[in-house]
Amino acid sequence: MASRPISEMGLPKSIANVFAARSIKTAKDALSLTEFDLMELADMGLAEVTSALAHISERVSPPYQTALSLLEQRIQNEQLAGHLPTGLKGLDEALFGGIPFGVITELVGPAGIGKTQFCLKLSLLASLPTRHGGLDAQVIYIDVESKFSSKRLIEIGAQSFPEIFYTRGMAQEQMAGRILVLRPASLAEFTESLQQIKLLLLERRVKLLVIDSMAALTSGEFEHGASKINPLGWHISFLKSVGELSRIPIVVTNQVRSQSSDDTWRYNFQVGTRHRDLEDTSKYDSQLIAALGIHWAHAVTIRLILETISALAFPFSITSSGISLLNDDGIEVVGQEISTIHCDGHSEIIHSDTLQFHRQ
Amino acid sequence: MEVGRLPISAALKGKLVSAGYTSLSLLSSLSPSHLARDLNISENEALDILNHAPHDGRIDTSGGHHIISGAQTAWDMLHEEELLTRITTSSVDIDNILGGGISCREVTEIGGVPGIGKTQLGIQLAVNVQLPVHCGGLGGKAIYIDTEGSFMVERVLQIAEACWDDMLANNAISQNVHAGQVGMQPKDFLENILYFRVCSYTEQIALINYLDKFISEHRDVKIVVVDSITFHFRQDFEDMALRTRLLSGMALKLMKLAKKFCLAVVLLNQVTTKYAEGSFHLTLALGDSWSHACTNRIILYWNGNERYAYIDKSPSLRSASAPYAVTARGIRNNVSNCKRIKLM
Repeated sequence: MASRPISEMGLPKSIANVFAARSIKTAKDALSLTEFDLMELADMGLAEVTSALAHISERVSPPYQTALSLLEQRIQNEQLAGHLPTGLKGLDEALFGGIPFGVITELVGPAGIGKTQFCLKLSLLASLPTRHGGLDAQVIYIDVESKFSSKRLIEIGAQSFPEIFYTRGMAQEQMAGRILVLRPASLAEFTESLQQIKLLLLERRVKLLVIDSMAALTSGEFEHGASKINPLGWHISFLKSVGELSRIPIVVTNQVRSQSSDDTWRYNFQVGTRHRDLEDTSKYDSQLIAALGIHWAHAVTIRLILETISALAFPFSITSSGISLLNDDGIEVVGQEISTIHCDGHSEIIHSDTLQFHRQ
Repeated sequence: MEVGRLPISAALKGKLVSAGYTSLSLLSSLSPSHLARDLNISENEALDILNHAPHDGRIDTSGGHHIISGAQTAWDMLHEEELLTRITTSSVDIDNILGGGISCREVTEIGGVPGIGKTQLGIQLAVNVQLPVHCGGLGGKAIYIDTEGSFMVERVLQIAEACWDDMLANNAISQNVHAGQVGMQPKDFLENILYFRVCSYTEQIALINYLDKFISEHRDVKIVVVDSITFHFRQDFEDMALRTRLLSGMALKLMKLAKKFCLAVVLLNQVTTKYAEGSFHLTLALGDSWSHACTNRIILYWNGNERYAYIDKSPSLRSASAPYAVTARGIRNNVSNCKRIKLM
């Protein structure tokens, strides 16, 4: 929309010609200038400029929809009303049906907690035929850390859906054949792959994109607070726009890092309480927060923290058939701690006042 | 005497003269309310007099002063402000620090860290604006401009259902039950939210330019929520000076919209860290020049285990914090016991 040429907008000829002569060729060029800049550049009066801009703006504006028609459209047109069920009943209920289409869902947690396992299960679910609750589609799995194991994938499939995987011998080949694994070795390769993926996504054959893990692509390159421009900035907006256009779920895993004393997470009107916390440095070493920074955190829509304490916690265990919940009722926890991660690994047992969690 | 020639009653003419309005030119710059007070008559009569007085421009009922066109006296503004209703946030504590709720004719910026409830508050306001005036709304429609894709339709339905339940419960108790009130079903709330999805900063600017025409065709819109104003301006903007110009242009247009159509504009903003006084603070994104652009600024933050709203900037409200909670029913007051089991 932004790159629509001015010549196609039905502006009066004289104005269109003047714009073209001043190299204002697309809507983006025109709207990036203020009215005064345009007046000066095109040597026109304010009234003319204002009406030209109003005309262009009307052509470039996106159309509207009522929220009701949005809901009805999704129920009618999309598989499972725009959600990919994870098979974890309590989680699916909390997410209104499952992992939502069109937005980025982040899985974050310490090493070994089960992020890749979750991704494998989701890939399998997406490749299943619709009568078994899947999307009957291809999956693109971007495996940055070389953790993808097709043997494990088949095992999950055989354990979770024995009726498909044993009665139809070709099932394994079919499911596994739908999952395309990419292994970019650098950020540049990743960027290139994304461009190619866009075409596949728009052709509607791929219905799930998994990136495992996003953090590994920049590990160490992006220092907190060092540069104003986030190296993943372009990728974030690309992923979001491509996900929206093609209405597919995008699942991204993120690592954790330890919290430094710089991560004060306070506003300047809260300064009074800061000094107390700074002295309590022992708190910092044990606290982990999600990597990739706050800019990334704003870009994701759903953040699932695989941990013992998160905003709505579901105790889980890793089994041969993937991940299963220990019980379907979650426990809600509030506080700034929804952004912090306490568990250090899978051998830890955490106690808190109200509940007891552990990984088996 | 010129005033003697006006086709009005003798009593009124007498009042005009004794108040000192001997010639018609003195009348041409007055607002009806001013004249009514001066002569101790009703506003309708004053309007009548002014309509008869020949003038070189149309009567500007908002009180235009002849010397500077478009100006208004502070007294007239006070009267207008008293008539303005506010939109409730569904949390009594937040409403209290806001003087009743989000006000119309002003741009309010709401910022906070991810997960604090900005989109939740935006959706709550888009639903609440549709409530009738005595329930804290304005009986109008909402425009929701989504730049990030965080608008979850199912959640809107959930909040609308809770709102409808509350309305039913209140109506059962209150004595003034008007006919059509309970007629609003939860899905009707969704029908009154006009949703725009914006995918680039060009579209964002174009849409804000176009809103002037759009809202003149949809006069029942009473709130515009932009979620978030920041997203498209944070990535790949090499020319920071251009960004500042575009942002301030947008802010001015939104302010004009708010004043012209008497609606509320709510802009949701993200946070970033800023290095000042030897350490990193959290601050709202888009820089210092943007922070001047909005009339009101509310920061949502965590204080221990609870969510708080803080009035960071307001021309008329004092700085204050209020706790709130995000529940399955939407934004509500914070119940002090925060050890809750799953609310679904």
